[in-house]
Formats: sequence, C-alpha cells, structure tokens
Amino acid sequence: MRKMRTQRAVAILASVLLVGGVAACGNSDTGGGSKDDGKITMGFSQVGAESGWRTANTTSIKESAAAAGIELKFDDAQQKQENQIKAIRNYIQQKVDVIAFSPVVESGWDTVLKEAKDAGIPVILTDRSVDSADKTLYKTFLGSDFVKEGRLAGEWLVEQKKTASGPVNIVELQGNTGAAPANDRKKGFGEAIAVNPNLKIIASQPGDFTRAGGKQVMEQFLKANPKIDVLFAHNDDMGLGALEAITAAGKVPGKDITIITVDAVKDGMQALADGKFNFIAECSPLLGPQLMDLAKKVKAGEEVPARIETEETTFTQEQAKEALPTRKY
Amino acid sequence: MNATMGRYRAVTGHRLFWPAAVLVVMLAANTIYRPGFLSIELKDGHLYGSPIDILRLSAPLILVALGMTLVISTGGIDLSVGSVCAISGAIACMYISKQSDQNSLAVVLTALAMALGVALVLGAWNGVLVAVIGIQPIIATLILMVAGRGLAQLITQGQIITINSEPFRAIGLGHLLTLPLAIFIALAAALLVAAFTRRTALGMIVESVGGNAEASRLAGIRSGRVIFLAYVLSAACAAIAGFMMTANVSSADGNAVGLWVELDAILAVVIGGTSLAGGRFFLSGTIIGALIIQTLTTTVYAMDISPQTSLLFKAVVVIAVCLIQAPAFRARFVRRRRNVATPNAIADKPKEQVPA
Repeated sequence: MRKMRTQRAVAILASVLLVGGVAACGNSDTGGGSKDDGKITMGFSQVGAESGWRTANTTSIKESAAAAGIELKFDDAQQKQENQIKAIRNYIQQKVDVIAFSPVVESGWDTVLKEAKDAGIPVILTDRSVDSADKTLYKTFLGSDFVKEGRLAGEWLVEQKKTASGPVNIVELQGNTGAAPANDRKKGFGEAIAVNPNLKIIASQPGDFTRAGGKQVMEQFLKANPKIDVLFAHNDDMGLGALEAITAAGKVPGKDITIITVDAVKDGMQALADGKFNFIAECSPLLGPQLMDLAKKVKAGEEVPARIETEETTFTQEQAKEALPTRKY
Repeated sequence: MNATMGRYRAVTGHRLFWPAAVLVVMLAANTIYRPGFLSIELKDGHLYGSPIDILRLSAPLILVALGMTLVISTGGIDLSVGSVCAISGAIACMYISKQSDQNSLAVVLTALAMALGVALVLGAWNGVLVAVIGIQPIIATLILMVAGRGLAQLITQGQIITINSEPFRAIGLGHLLTLPLAIFIALAAALLVAAFTRRTALGMIVESVGGNAEASRLAGIRSGRVIFLAYVLSAACAAIAGFMMTANVSSADGNAVGLWVELDAILAVVIGGTSLAGGRFFLSGTIIGALIIQTLTTTVYAMDISPQTSLLFKAVVVIAVCLIQAPAFRARFVRRRRNVATPNAIADKPKEQVPA
C-alpha cells in the first residue's frame, strides 16, 4: 500500500515537472515575426537570471539592441536546455536575421544548430561555448577567456611577490566543481604562478561561487593553516564572504592576507576601493555593444573571427577608486 | 558479567547512542588529522575554533530539521523549506536595504515580522494543499520549492542584496556569553518545540496522526488541523533559518540561500531515527543528525579533501551512519559474528528502523 502510494507520487511528480516545463516554454514572448523592413531582427536566448552578473548581461544586451536599432526578441530559458532549443526553433520559424544565445550546457546543440544553418540564419554564441565538432554550425563565439582571467590574476601576484624570499602560501576558493569558469581560472592561475616555485597553493576547495560558501571554507582554511599569505577566489562573491572569516580570525584583509578575485561586480569593486581586496581580473557582462556590432557584420555578409574575446581589463585598488563612480553593475 | 552485558546493551541500545558515536568518531578523526581541531581560544571576547564554527553553522540546519521532523512524523514531507529560507531572507534584506537607517532596531524588527508573516502564509498554503485539498505532500510542497525560488529572485530582482545592518547581522554572527547567538536561537526553538510536543499531548497526537490519520480522526483527533499546523511550523522554522543564513553574510542571494537545505534536513531527521513513514519522531536525534551533517562538511574543508572525491566521501559516511543505525543491519552483523541468538532489537523497536 505504502509502496503503491510512493509510486503514484513519483508519477505525479514527473507529470508536474513536465507540465511545469511546458508552461515555462509557453510564457516566453516570441510571438509575431516581421521580415524585410530593412531592420535587423535578432533572436536571443538567455540562460536565466541566476546572478547579478547575468542580470547585467541581459540589461546590456537589451540596451545596446535598442541603441543600435536592432529589433530584439528575448527569451529567458530559466536554466533549461529544452527551453533554449525551443526558443531557437521559434526564432528559425519567425525567420529572424541573426540568432544569438548563451548555451546553458556545452553539449547537445548539433541538431538545432543544423536546423538554423539549413534555414540560412547565422548563429552567434555569447558568454559560453558549445562542444560541437562542426565549427561551421555557428559564426563566432563572443565571450570571456576564463583561462586568461586566471592568468592575469596569477601574473599580478608573481609581479607583487617577485622579491619574496620565503614561501608564499596561497589558498584558493574554487567555483562549482566542474564548471568551466572554475576549471579554467584554476588552470590559468596555476600556470601563471608556476614560474616562481615560492608561490604554493596549500589548500583549494569549492565555495560554489556564493558568499556563504566562500566564508565557510575560508573559516576552516584559517584554522587549518596558521600562515596564509594570499587568497585567490574565483569570483567576487566568495571573496566577499571570506572577508568576514578573515576579520573574525583577527587578521586584516588586504594587508595580512592579499586577496585576488575575478569578476569586478559592484560590491567587489567597492571592497577593492576600500582596500580590502588587492586585485580583480574583470569578467565583463557588458558584451551587448560588441554583440550588436557583430550582428550587423554577420548580416552584411562580412567575415568575422571564430573567437572574439569580450573587452576586459584588470583593476588595482587605485583604478577601482577611479572606476567605481561610473560602474554600471 | 551478565549485569555488565546488560548495561552495555542498555547503552548501545539507546536510540541516540549510534548517532552520537558517529559524531564522536568524526570529531576524533579530525583531531587525529589535525591535533588543534578541538582547541578553542578566546578572541575579541568570543570563543573561536572549529567546534564553535560547527555549532554556529549547524544552527540554521537544526531549525529547518526541527520543522521537518514534525512534518515527517505526520507522514508528510516538506520540500519547500529551502525556498522559504530564500524568500524570508530576501524580504527581510530587501526591506532593510530600502530604509535610511539600517541600524535601527525597529526597522530590523519590522523586516523580521514582515518576512515571518509571509513565511507563515506560505506554510499555510502548504498546509491547505496537504490537509484540506489532500494533495500528496511531496507534490504539494514541490510547487513552492520550485515557485518559491523564483519568487525569491523576483523579490531581489536577480541581484544579491547587500545590507549593512548591525542588529540584523547579530542574528547570524552576534554573540551572547562568548557564544554565537545563532546557537541560542536554535536551542531555544528546540526547547520550545520539545516542551510543546513532549510536555503536552501534542506530540502523541502528531504521532498518532502520522501512524494513521483516519483512525486518529475517528478517535476524535482533528487530523487535518494537526497536519496543517505542522506545515506552518515548518515554514516558521525555515524563515528563522533563512534570517540566519542571510545575516551570516549580510546579503540575500535569492538563488543560493537555503539551496538543497531540504535534503540535508531530511537526512538529519533520518539519521536522528525518525521514521520517514511517520508515526514516531525524535527531536534530540534530529539535532545530532544536523550536527553530523555540518561536521561532515567542515571535515571536508579542514582536511582539504579534493572536491572531486568529497561527494563520494560524504556519501560513504552517510551510508555508514544509516547502516550502523539500523537495528536490522546491526542484528545481522552481530549474529553472523558471534553466532548467538538474535538480539531483541528488532522486536523492541519496530518503528526506529531507518529506511536507508
């Protein structure tokens, strides 16, 4: 009896999830396509709204589309690949001029990309890439180079510590295990600091890109390792969480422990300007203008490079103070 | 000889013995790995050390698991607690962030009252779906689990809301008598729930509803009302836990606060010996269960176990805990080793088996 009830519960659960999925697709605003009025129409499928970074990314795309006079059809996939595929198929049916999207996962895009190619609609990937073997399925990939971000962070540290005679103990707060930004930033940072054998990563754990995660891991790092000289966090939020743990341990962030992070979101930039962080490698969500530029070029039939990096920079404490007042996100 | 054996069996047969033993073994393993693990020092007038961290960080989980214990003992389950944590944290932080004086106690109390009020409404929603409309608890609460996460993001507009409010921060990081305030909040909630369920007939009523809701109704208990109350209480506990989680980092992250805490809470309840089938609950076991889960997480960080293996490590420990707890498993193990008559553990406590 109990077992039957459980089975029925699972069946109902499955159907609710299914209906939920369909409903989520239904509410995307992709109705009504217009064509050949001289104006470029772009269909964009966004991953979701999971972070402040993503929200800034969405705003940038919407604003620069309006500024560039491009008609934007926007769809929020709510972290689901099937929603993105459905949105892309919608755009193909509506015969938009360009399709752009940030793939939620790397694999499984070949079929729908082939459909777009057959319909003669160019595709631009933003922020994240796909693992398709056939590189002709999309025109270009516009996004950050996570390895480079890690490398820039590492190179700055190497420069700072080049006079250090003894060992420099580094702890690392990783992003979600297996996520591309976490893997790549770890790789880039590791490669950059390898030139100086004094620089050693003594502990590295995932803080899942959240403040609470960064804080909890840092608390244990501080207790397990009496001498920590440098913290490298894969994003600002984990670094911000770690600040509290460092203060509670009676140390001064930015002085006793050098803190390097990636992203440069507003709270992170504020911490940098306040002297609590020491260095941030930017991972800019503001790729809207570059995307619209690309869309125009692709529509005009111009050749574009297969890989385009988002325009990004790095910030020291002084640069953060200057940049902060005009920072958009 | 016989008396010693009898006493040994009385101790090991106690339902809290095995969870407590696991906790002690885990702390011991940490101490062997790093002798300073258990050391506590006084820093800025506060006690500082890994054991204190474990207590403080497990406080939100204890709260959520307390509510979950009651819901599970009525034969239900509440998957929405994580989302309720996120919503309550988001409302409180959002309200505080809009005020000019974030440090005013009145502002913080208003924020807490508002957020708690919304949480009670959400709990009532779950209660109505389960107790009045009669939807399966796993489905009824799944609705809020999914929708609530979205609601939390809607409140925060997809941003991480950072606040700068000392009174609010105190919920997660404040101190009382050198110990973190969060520990006292969790302890007070536990004592309150224990007093209401074990000093009055309420606990027995909850268990009888969980055992057989229809029979209890025929016996004159308003089963529906008891079930409804359990969900409201669970949401209230989750809301306070949500305050702690957001206060801990002075920011509300609609996406991350309380993520998967419902699973940890269910695990804590199960480790504590409460039957998932309903009808029997153990609050003290739940608290030890929550401490075990937090100790496990802290162990992974303290020993710097590689992220790729840490999930496997956790799974192995959890399976070991559940097996060691199950009287049926222990009985089989003992019988095989000693080849003597079956201990009466199974016959004694049919409801304590952990469905692991």
